[in-house]
Amino acid sequence: MDFQLTEEQQTIEDHAREFAQRVIAPGAAHRDETSSFDRQLLSDLAENGFLGMLVPETYGGVAMGYTNYVLVNRQLATACASTAVITGVCNLTASAVDQFGSEALKAEVLPEICAAKDNLAAAFCLSEPHCGSDAAALKASARREGDDYVLNGTKQWITNGAMSGWYLVMARTGPGAGGISAFMVPAGTPGLVIGKKEDKMGQRGSDTVQVILENCRVPARLRVGEEGIGFRIAMTALDGGRIGIGALSLGVGTAALNEALTYLAEREAFGKPLGRLQALQNMVADIATELEAAWLLTLRAALMKDAGQSVTKEASMAKVFSSEACAKAVDLSLQIHGGYGYVKEYPIERLYRDARVTRIYEGASEIQRVVIAREVLGS
Amino acid sequence: MDFNLDETQEMFREACAQLADTQLAPNAGDWDQRHEYPAEAVAQMAELGLMGVAVPEADGGSGADNVAYVIAMEEISRGCASCGVIMSVNNSLYCDPVRRYATEAQKAEWLVPYASGEKLGAFGLTEPGNGSDAAGMRTVAHLEGDEWVLNGTKAWITNAYEADGFIVFATSDRGAGHRGVSAFLVPAGQPGFSLGKKEDKLGIRASSTAQLIFENCRVPRGNLLGEPGDGFKVALSTLDGGRIGIAAQALGIARAAYEAALAYAKEREAFGRPISRFQSIQWKLADMATRIDAARLLTHKAASRKDRGLPYGKYSAMAKLYASETAMWVTTQAIQVFGGNGYVTEYPVERHFRDAKITEIYEGTSEIQRIVVARDVMGEHAN
Repeated sequence: MDFQLTEEQQTIEDHAREFAQRVIAPGAAHRDETSSFDRQLLSDLAENGFLGMLVPETYGGVAMGYTNYVLVNRQLATACASTAVITGVCNLTASAVDQFGSEALKAEVLPEICAAKDNLAAAFCLSEPHCGSDAAALKASARREGDDYVLNGTKQWITNGAMSGWYLVMARTGPGAGGISAFMVPAGTPGLVIGKKEDKMGQRGSDTVQVILENCRVPARLRVGEEGIGFRIAMTALDGGRIGIGALSLGVGTAALNEALTYLAEREAFGKPLGRLQALQNMVADIATELEAAWLLTLRAALMKDAGQSVTKEASMAKVFSSEACAKAVDLSLQIHGGYGYVKEYPIERLYRDARVTRIYEGASEIQRVVIAREVLGS
Repeated sequence: MDFNLDETQEMFREACAQLADTQLAPNAGDWDQRHEYPAEAVAQMAELGLMGVAVPEADGGSGADNVAYVIAMEEISRGCASCGVIMSVNNSLYCDPVRRYATEAQKAEWLVPYASGEKLGAFGLTEPGNGSDAAGMRTVAHLEGDEWVLNGTKAWITNAYEADGFIVFATSDRGAGHRGVSAFLVPAGQPGFSLGKKEDKLGIRASSTAQLIFENCRVPRGNLLGEPGDGFKVALSTLDGGRIGIAAQALGIARAAYEAALAYAKEREAFGRPISRFQSIQWKLADMATRIDAARLLTHKAASRKDRGLPYGKYSAMAKLYASETAMWVTTQAIQVFGGNGYVTEYPVERHFRDAKITEIYEGTSEIQRIVVARDVMGEHAN
């Protein structure tokens, strides 16, 4: 048993922290305020290997594994949650192609995602307007026509949807959960229509759009693996994705704790620093303790995933616990700030909004609990 | 980085689990109802090397580490929380400070038989007028010739009725504040040393808790543990480690309640199906499992840091705080899963609920743990 980072892990974390604080953090408030993302940053992320963290070097990645992935993702999210989710979705998509795609598909797609070719990202298109957590109910269709598939349907809540070079699209080639297949659709394909950008509460630097498929024709070589394995691809990707969101939540929570600590050290009340008041010390202790516990759950899931073990339960535990610890962290940190926490001059106002979606996307808290219960009940 | 138990640790855990399942859990309810000290069970724990887990073999212990200790504490407490606290006091509060501060000569008498489980130790720090505020100590000691003379009263002392030896803290230099506190080794039955009545407790009822009363109790000069004035240092360093043990105890109690609730949820039917099929029950089970895993990781991290000689005070406070509050939450929810059956002594969860409460109180209340954590976190941020 050893809870210490290895020297290599420490180096990676230090590097990610330095990069995130120098390159990412300064623009975080601007990205939020303007709902924009400077796509040049994608190339900066790519240069550091952060878009292909789970992809082998053969395909342009750095294959650092999940443990290092969560170390990096937490640091990115401490600086800017929007940047972290953009990065996370690129990695999630690339990893799915790497695990399930043919050699030819990997060679075609992965180097472009890892390098952020043309300053473009990647998108993972699973949810639809009528189904999110209940993914097996999706309706988008893929009809085989000769060497092509013709895709029709609407995908909802697609992160990176307006700035991606590649779209991983789940569509139905048959009935039931076993009738779902996955396709890599390149940007610019006729019939791939980008819908309106959602006006979100938080993580406003990342775009979220509808992706509409209107007789969108995709060559069969761009199918990811065999027909019918789409649901398995989605579930496997989400196991990994949930670990990533665990780390992202921790980054936001850590940033909230840091803001609280800074404020407590500066502000005085009743003739002494705020930090001397027990009521506020209690908040600090609870935030720090739950973030530490969340971090260990997240690291455990990542370590197990790297060891090739099944992590369905552990990834869900990491995701639900971290996102809820993050929610508590931003809420208490805002409370510590008092009125200043409610205005945009202090970063906690943004962190509070950024945190909220971590309990919703990549499987709402409710789904995580059902997954965990199913695992522990053996049903 | 590796959070797994290694093969030896896993074998050790299994041995502890077997003892818990076969000898402790089936009897824990009876011991609780009769307030009966489980002497035979403690002897079996000693045979397994559980009374001095992290004490070197040369000093009578098992020569294992603190990770092994918390693994054992979790399993034993899962079987019987009273056995857990009996073991915890002997390991963390008695053997650990004696090992660190005793002279070689003292160790033969005061450590070896205790670490082997032949004798039982206790720790006398808290007083009727002060608990978490250890510096407000009223018990005094003064030197008369070659003897220390102790006067005062210690309260809430676990193992008081069965212990053979006690570490007793007393002020030997009134002018020096907490730097005037010293630690003494006092045998049971020493003239001038008597026990108060056994406390009638809410939980952990198979372990005894009583006052220690010193009225001109004389002990030889050589029974001083460490140097004069070391007492406060001995006490504080001991509590950091003790908290890890209590975290593991809380974890064991939580697991016992969770496992009982899980089994019950699969068996019990309502509206024509097992209650485990209802999302309201599933949620409780999911949250229990998640919080227990989180508490275990915190506990293992604190123990592992202690083993590696890294600072661990913040981590042991976090582990104790989180694990004890998890135990309280899980046992409350477990009763809810059992409904009316959870409220009666025929089922074990009401005992788990009563046992859990003390873990939020002893060896530093939750309120104290939060202050320890907050000070550490704010201090780190300032630097």
